[in-house]
Amino acid sequence: MQVALDNVPAVVQLPHQGGILRWIRTTNHKDIGTLYLFFSMSMLLVGGLMALTIRAELFQPGLQIVRPEFFNQLTTMHGLVMVFASIMPAFVGFANWQLPLMLGAPDMAFPRLNNLSFWLLPFAAVLLVASFFVPGGATAAGWTLYAPLSVQMGPGMDMAIFAIHILGISSIIGALNIIVTILNMRAPGMTLFKMPMFAWTWLVAAFLLLTVMPVLAGTVTMLLFDRHFGTHFFDAAGGGDPVLFQHLFWFFGHPEVYILILPAFGIVSAIIPTFSRKPLFGLRSMVPATCMIGILGGSVWAHHMFTVGMPVGAQLFFMYTTLLIAVPTGVKVFNWLATMWQGSLTFETPMLFAIGFLFVFTIGGLTGVMLAMVPVDVQLHQTYYIVAHFHYTMVAGTLFALFGGTYYWLPKWTGHMYDEKLGQWHFWLTLIFFNLTFIPMFFLGLAGMPRRIPDYALQFTNLNSLATIGAFGFGLTQLLFAYNVIKCIRSGERATAQVWEGAKGLEWTVPSPAPHHTFSTPPVVE
Amino acid sequence: MMVKTMSIVASNRRFLAKLSLVALGMFGFGYLLAPLYDRLCGAERATQTAAKDAARPVTRVDPTRTVAVQYDANVHGSLHWSFRPLQKTSQVHPGELVHIRYEMTNESNEPVIGQAVPSYAPPAAAAYFHKIECFCFKSQLLRPHETRSVPVVFLIDPAIPGDLPTITLSYTFFEVRPRKSA
Repeated sequence: MQVALDNVPAVVQLPHQGGILRWIRTTNHKDIGTLYLFFSMSMLLVGGLMALTIRAELFQPGLQIVRPEFFNQLTTMHGLVMVFASIMPAFVGFANWQLPLMLGAPDMAFPRLNNLSFWLLPFAAVLLVASFFVPGGATAAGWTLYAPLSVQMGPGMDMAIFAIHILGISSIIGALNIIVTILNMRAPGMTLFKMPMFAWTWLVAAFLLLTVMPVLAGTVTMLLFDRHFGTHFFDAAGGGDPVLFQHLFWFFGHPEVYILILPAFGIVSAIIPTFSRKPLFGLRSMVPATCMIGILGGSVWAHHMFTVGMPVGAQLFFMYTTLLIAVPTGVKVFNWLATMWQGSLTFETPMLFAIGFLFVFTIGGLTGVMLAMVPVDVQLHQTYYIVAHFHYTMVAGTLFALFGGTYYWLPKWTGHMYDEKLGQWHFWLTLIFFNLTFIPMFFLGLAGMPRRIPDYALQFTNLNSLATIGAFGFGLTQLLFAYNVIKCIRSGERATAQVWEGAKGLEWTVPSPAPHHTFSTPPVVE
Repeated sequence: MMVKTMSIVASNRRFLAKLSLVALGMFGFGYLLAPLYDRLCGAERATQTAAKDAARPVTRVDPTRTVAVQYDANVHGSLHWSFRPLQKTSQVHPGELVHIRYEMTNESNEPVIGQAVPSYAPPAAAAYFHKIECFCFKSQLLRPHETRSVPVVFLIDPAIPGDLPTITLSYTFFEVRPRKSA
């Protein structure tokens, strides 16, 4: 019987240690979730610093602050750090904290793998940041690492490739763990359709991760072989094809953006019903919509490459499938609005971020529909319009949801209420400065300003200056968030178990802060 | 209870193994995409861009017809070059490969880069005139007083309609100046 005990996840727990060892050796989902979230926050600041350097250079035309080579390294690393080292870990952190609490499971399915998948991340981050200091600097091929440029770069490129390998392995392990937890570890009575939307969206995202992350790993491995071992996957001189790299990259890259946005949908689907004091409208259409987005998301990748010279048939196929994604996404937006309809609404910070998400993310979605159309895309390809569009989805979509989710569950995690006034300030400043940064970019793109270039023509000056002011305001505002979180950890009004008047779900049945071990005896869901 | 949790751990492990296979399979699938791409898109590219001019009509020569091709040469503006075809006309069977030469001389005391631009009369003939080799594909650098003889290899498409019995191939040389720095 002792053997059996050792195999029970809830009991796989080292003696409680203090200090740093506790965090290195922990297998507790809450500890690991916290680690993920702190890691993500610090990488958000690193990636943000890069973005601010880029914006400072673009404040005025001409070259003032950085050399063009370094500028290219910054745009590349900003993308890699934000996508792989900030947003991804943040969602895995949320999954770690919330999934066992929401599903009534004692822990994640594989606590030790969970520890491994987190502790791989700092090594990848060090590799990425250290690559700035090797001869030739960090990779400057853009976060998409397009061949043939990426075949030619210096050792910084190899470090980026290995960092992506490590981050990829970490994500795959994380996805495996999440899928098994959701499908195998639910409390008795928690059927799939009683499961919260956050679990549903993460389930679809995790399956996407599991299918496309290995393809990216294979792609960068081919790149590595082209660089050092004489293969010619992407080298036209040896019979390869650089366009193949683009296909492989976007076969991963487009599902990746759905991996980043689906859990955000889940968080918003948790927040809006709570502060509307109504159940989520149309759960039965929410779930198929999520699955549709996941499936369609895997068959639209070539809309990133309409200008490479595809046959018309292929262009039409990718255009129509891309436009089709607007349907399930529209279903979701409609359901959120219908949830709020005639609800008893209050506007605490999480709700503000959720409504802000609806407003700005929809702008990102609509501009995406415009870009899906081939003739428009050919015109706007590689302009600032694209930059504005994907920041409206990645910042206004995922980051707003992450902020909202943090404020929503922070009282449960820390046992204290955060400073509501500070939270409201954080929201409004974030919303205003975000739009000040990125609305000008739509117009810059329409006027033809190309992306990833440190200098620009004089007529773009005013809008660029505005965007830079917005970016610095946006960056500084996030320090408010960091301060508010730390303040909430240390002190604040005591939170009740339910925290929010309208909150429903298993996570609100445990005390705040959530004890180190929860649901060692599974709860029963009627 | 204990037995139940045991079975959960075991079933988690089995599930993990299956999902790991999916990940491994997708890693392999990434590599499969390389030959798949060559098969699907490679064929597509060949039909789209590979010079159909060069490949298609050589096989069929139409000996029953002849087309008269006249050669013309011009120099544009201030370019001090002399430029002439080494023959005035050819009688050509459609589908037959024709080799001709032009000759040009730089009359000035400075090296000059020139670029020839072809044109056809009547313009409708252009669609049936396939150049396989031409000095107009690249710009030409001539040292002071250098003379160069350059080839043109072409064929007339056998699909050419009967109402085009005579075609004029005309070249005009333009000077290529390095762009002045503003």
